[in-house]
Amino acid sequence: MKSSRRDFLKIGGACALGLGALPAVSALAKNELPNFISGQDAVTGKKWGMVVDMKKCLEKGKPGCKDCMLACHKIHNVPEIDDPQDQIKWIWTEKHGAVFPGDEHAYAPHEANEKPTIVMCNHCTKPVCVRVCPTKATWKRPEDGIVMMDFHRCIGCRYCMAGCPYGARSFNFRDPRPHIKTELNPEFPTRDRGVVEKCNFCYERLAKGLLPACVESCKVGALAFGDLEDPKSEVRKLLAAHHTIQRKPELGTQPNVYYIV
Amino acid sequence: MKLYNAKRIIPGLIIFLGLITLPLWYNMGKAAPAPQPKIDTVAIQRLAQKQCVLPKEQMRTEHMQMLNDWRTQAVRNGKRIYVAFDGKQYEMSLQNECMKCHSNKSQFCDTCHTYAGLKTDSTPYCWTCHIPPKESK
Repeated sequence: MKSSRRDFLKIGGACALGLGALPAVSALAKNELPNFISGQDAVTGKKWGMVVDMKKCLEKGKPGCKDCMLACHKIHNVPEIDDPQDQIKWIWTEKHGAVFPGDEHAYAPHEANEKPTIVMCNHCTKPVCVRVCPTKATWKRPEDGIVMMDFHRCIGCRYCMAGCPYGARSFNFRDPRPHIKTELNPEFPTRDRGVVEKCNFCYERLAKGLLPACVESCKVGALAFGDLEDPKSEVRKLLAAHHTIQRKPELGTQPNVYYIV
Repeated sequence: MKLYNAKRIIPGLIIFLGLITLPLWYNMGKAAPAPQPKIDTVAIQRLAQKQCVLPKEQMRTEHMQMLNDWRTQAVRNGKRIYVAFDGKQYEMSLQNECMKCHSNKSQFCDTCHTYAGLKTDSTPYCWTCHIPPKESK
């Protein structure tokens, strides 16, 4: 077949026109109904954060109170394993000296370093775990800053655990189901052997307009939760009124859990 | 063309064919009947309009893709409500939505999955993490 230059240009022009119309066609062909929407009663924030008032917790709370931990672990079907190697922890206590390693010195009273401090995932602004995750099973939600965990996608490589400077992540070395001592919460899944888990700032409760379980369960109000970007939020008021510290701020992870000690 | 040793080769071939098709003969007439899962639970009987999130035929063939999409939307995109074709809204949650109506996992999920040769708790491995509703037997 012989084609003239004129024919070639005609066909070329028609093709270009067709390609140019493609975005318009796909826009018109789009389903008008938005199939997936967010719930109406969800509470939203730009950057969720928490203030842990250890003074209030230790002075006003009854000695040895574990309400926050029990509430969290019950709601999220967290197993209770005695072997410290295999333990699963979402919220727990650690000695003050271990939580704030820069805050201890040789002449401080022994009790100061020994007193318990509530710890959990810090939902860092610059989370190390997210940077090292090879499958994006853990990621930082752009809308509210929660460091999320997708158990479907976790391959159990434990890079995140090596990366996290706060030890906030636990690995399921064994099937957790037989070790769940509380009655299973049918509204939340358990985990499988071979995935990493941690505190999720109760994103599933926020989606229903509820506060995190630990905050709700604390009878003395030692835990405060709110939007750090909102100057009127409870956390911002506490941060403005008290001297607060973060865990290992020198590492540059910018934790979003603050402490009054 | 001449076939040498036909006396041995042809019976040999017949025996060989008989042997490799043995599983077919062995299982002849023993085909497992297609499952008839009982899907009417109490929750479904109470519904005025018995309609799932998609028409039945579509659910049969597409539920796996749909569960995948729901998972992605709810977990990764934070969108937890699904607007169905008829405008009704559903929470995209296996434990808190699907299984509220289809509360009989052993019938609703397992009968067909077993028939199709999927192993319970390995393919698809939903229930190693997700908690099925308690069934009275």
